[in-house]
Amino acid sequence: MTATAQTPRRTATPDRTVTFRIKRCDGPGKPSYWQDFRVKVPKNSNVISCLQQIAAEPVTAGGERVTPVVWDSGCLEEVCGACTMVINGKVRQSCSCLIDDYAPADGDVITLEPMSKFPVVRDLWVDRSRLFHNLARIKAWVPIDGTYDLGAGPKETPASQATHYVLSTCMSCGCCLEACPQFNLEEDRDQWDSSFIGAHAISQARLFNAHPTGSELKPDRLDVLMGEGGVNDCGNAQNCVQVCPKHIPLTESIASIGRQVTLHAISKFFRG
Amino acid sequence: MSQHRVIVVGGGLAGLAAAVRIAEAGTHVDLFSLVPVKRSHSVCAQGGINACNEVARQQGYSEYEHFDETIYGGDFLADQHPVLEMANWAPRIIDLLDRMGVPFNRTGEGNRDLRLFGGSLFKRTHFAGATTGQQLIYALDEQVRRYESEGKVFKHEFQEFLWPVMEQGRCVGIVAQDMRTMHIRAFRADAVIMATGGCGLVFGKSTNSIICTGAAAARCFRAGAWYGNPEMIQVHPTAIPGADKLRLMSESARGEGGRVWVPRKAKDPRAPKDIPESERWYFLEEKYPAYGNIVPRDIATREIFDVCVNQGMGVYGENQVYLDLTHKDPEYLTRKLGGILEIYEKFVGEDPRFTPMKIFPAVHYSMGGLWTTYTKGSYNPQTALTKHKSGSPAPIDAKVGQGMQLGAVNNSMTNIPGLYAFGEVNFAYHGANRLGANALLSCIFDGLFCGVSVLNFIRNEAPGKNPAVDLPAGAYDAVVQQETAKMKHLLDGAKPANQDASTNPYMIGKELGEEMTAACTVVRTEARLKQCLGKLAELKDRYSRLRLADGASWTNQSFGYARSVGDMLVLAEAIALGALERRESRGAHYRSDHTGRDDGNFMKTTLARHANGVTAVEFVPIDASLILPTARTYGKKDSSPNAAAAPAMASAAS
Ligand SMILES: Cc1cc2nc3c(=O)[nH]c(=O)nc-3n(C[C@H](O)[C@H](O)[C@H](O)COP(=O)(O)OP(=O)(O)OC[C@H]3O[C@@H](n4cnc5c(N)ncnc54)[C@H](O)[C@@H]3O)c2cc1C
Ligand code: SF4
Ligand code: SF4
Ligand code: FES
Repeated sequence: MTATAQTPRRTATPDRTVTFRIKRCDGPGKPSYWQDFRVKVPKNSNVISCLQQIAAEPVTAGGERVTPVVWDSGCLEEVCGACTMVINGKVRQSCSCLIDDYAPADGDVITLEPMSKFPVVRDLWVDRSRLFHNLARIKAWVPIDGTYDLGAGPKETPASQATHYVLSTCMSCGCCLEACPQFNLEEDRDQWDSSFIGAHAISQARLFNAHPTGSELKPDRLDVLMGEGGVNDCGNAQNCVQVCPKHIPLTESIASIGRQVTLHAISKFFRG
Repeated sequence: MSQHRVIVVGGGLAGLAAAVRIAEAGTHVDLFSLVPVKRSHSVCAQGGINACNEVARQQGYSEYEHFDETIYGGDFLADQHPVLEMANWAPRIIDLLDRMGVPFNRTGEGNRDLRLFGGSLFKRTHFAGATTGQQLIYALDEQVRRYESEGKVFKHEFQEFLWPVMEQGRCVGIVAQDMRTMHIRAFRADAVIMATGGCGLVFGKSTNSIICTGAAAARCFRAGAWYGNPEMIQVHPTAIPGADKLRLMSESARGEGGRVWVPRKAKDPRAPKDIPESERWYFLEEKYPAYGNIVPRDIATREIFDVCVNQGMGVYGENQVYLDLTHKDPEYLTRKLGGILEIYEKFVGEDPRFTPMKIFPAVHYSMGGLWTTYTKGSYNPQTALTKHKSGSPAPIDAKVGQGMQLGAVNNSMTNIPGLYAFGEVNFAYHGANRLGANALLSCIFDGLFCGVSVLNFIRNEAPGKNPAVDLPAGAYDAVVQQETAKMKHLLDGAKPANQDASTNPYMIGKELGEEMTAACTVVRTEARLKQCLGKLAELKDRYSRLRLADGASWTNQSFGYARSVGDMLVLAEAIALGALERRESRGAHYRSDHTGRDDGNFMKTTLARHANGVTAVEFVPIDASLILPTARTYGKKDSSPNAAAAPAMASAAS
């Protein structure tokens, strides 16, 4: 949010029809194909509300009755990360993608594609399990002594909370991975542990390394991030930080983990 | 207990808390969810989580007062002992979340910051920015990932629960379907915990996530589990109207000083900033001088509804009122409410720090849910006490086990042995109306406190001698067959040419939502509810002839949705029937033809049962042996748009 009063949105033509050009795929190993759908958009529509209209009445622009388009969504308020897809060539959440902004004029076209760095399940729905696997790789948790009543956690200054809170809003959407030139589609699970881990997990490692109890596992995390597919695979292209919907300072996280890895390597060298 | 397994259906806060508790005790957990658990609906919770804390305590607040507020807020419908235990546990839960690394907002000295929330005069709500639910679920998700790495939890994500499996009078597993491969199979377990959340989608558009259909609860209901207080549906006073969803504007906007108003002149065409103070009607502050804008939800909702719908006083003549924060420092607002104000700006295109928000009520939460039982704890006064005087000494301390007995096997168990209900799907804690920031608490409390009950059940009861692994396959196979037949029936003849609106699942779902919103939300009447039941019968009939446009046997989303619509229809009927039979007004349930609360006949749980396709409700007594019921008025006064503006900002809100 900006600190000054808001700028008005572009005025959108009321009662207009927008074309959705959707890249479809019936399932893994099946070919992709494109279909166009014309949707009459009411005020305040977003991509999901238009997909809902298409699901209820799946007729293409050419008048062909087809199967409803499949997509992934949850919260519809950009906090769960489920609905991520590539819209007009740019990766983002579809629930917060307002049609009035993207297609203000009658006849405007919006293209929807599934993310390309994850295997397609069907149509716009992809399988992002690798993203969660990578969180397990870096032990993204605070190793507490159990859920018993053992008193409060450590105190924290408001400034430190503010830093950590931002890192902790990462919703594992995968935008940063879709945009990253170093992160590639990998369908073979056995390759996951040696493939680039991505900005998302690196930033989470920074978060947990900074926590007083979480830092207990810092050496384990840095071992992973030092190895194959770790932070050194990052080419510093900085695409990730530009697409993160939560404005997480990913390049800062990468730099911070880079330094931690260097120190870790040196101390390992001396400890043998 | 190596051969024992527990199934947890649902990976929201309740399911995750249960999974952690059970896995850490060494029992294997199979965790099922429609979505990767981290994306569960709990991420939407914004405002915070309630607990007595040292600052409030030193001003006279106590766990007991939190208990009292929750009973009073719920309009005396909840059994009282479980609520007492929950309030007593709250501070322990906050400490635990703190140790897990939840980035709670902090004071200058580094302590956990607190905010004011509806239904209390003390600051007792802990928060992490404006995304508290997201932060809590992430912390629990991380702990579950830890146990998953150690092989103690196995996640079955994108697996839809279809039906419980019963054998020897107890629940011994579930049948589920992989949403991608569409493979249907049975899973054995010595206990099953339903933690499947609420049912907002029954009302079409609500503040809930798109997956909150209530279908899982409805399936248990159809399989013989009882459902408690179905008619108790909370309508949140402040949501942002939208095409696909009614996005919540958290109560914390009012807790941080947000003021609700409309122009004193109907259909005033002026922009809000051009309307002078004297021409603004701050109707909540005038009517409720003590609580002002932070009256509980059902009251705020009804007042906003009344001002717009009955008096025609909505902003620009539409169904909307202002929620105004523009008198607060923008920097302060960004710090305290950044996340939720961003949502408004993102979806409406106006910055609420400079322009008052336009809001209207929306369906938000289900107090009702699967009926559960419990074992009373050690606190049993000779006679119930009168309402607690705010800030006065508590009659008891907060020791464990005074409300519910820790580890009793029936805590939060449904009427079916071995089948438990935790979180929003459990009807137990919020009576006829939930206080803001008490839901997250009840979810985690269920998981932690009643998780121990589940462990004792499998250790000491039937599964101890007769674990699910050793049971014959017959019961499991029968349910797999039942569900396979259901799928065949729905997919039969499915093809793209089927697009007749009357048998289209999306149309039936949409009409269901519109009907339920019109008949079963803010104001209910006998005539309208009867009409609603008629409409539901029509929809059921159309549903039986449903035709799908997609016959694919791979990731068939419209099939999954269509199946849920059938279950939502059953739940809708229970909601409407409960609302019809409860001929009084209490909490969220307001009958304009029975405006008074009738404790003699209705200070009772609505118990819905389903057998042979027919739903019936009856009223069963509650245990109110701790606090005597009083009128729930929150000190209301008369006010009208014509009266001079009274400078009555609630003192507690400043
Ligand atoms: C917008 C919003 C804001 C809120 N803010 C607050 C707040 O500030 N404070 C507060 O205390 N409360 C708040 N609430 C209420 C609170 O968020 C919910 O009551 C709570 O998160 C419910 O958690 P749960 O664990 O019971 O269920 P959920 O988080 O809804 O999780 C349900 C789980 O069940 C799974 N599931 C459902 N059906 C099936 C099936 N058939 N098969 C397999 N899995 C299934 C889902 O995948 C999911 O994992 C808010 C609610 C909303 C809507
Ligand atoms: S900075 Fe690194 S992680 Fe980010 S996009 Fe570039 S290569 Fe990928
Ligand atoms: S870091 Fe940002 S872009 Fe990457 S997964 Fe998290 S929220 Fe998404
Ligand atoms: S649906 Fe949750 S981020 Fe869009």
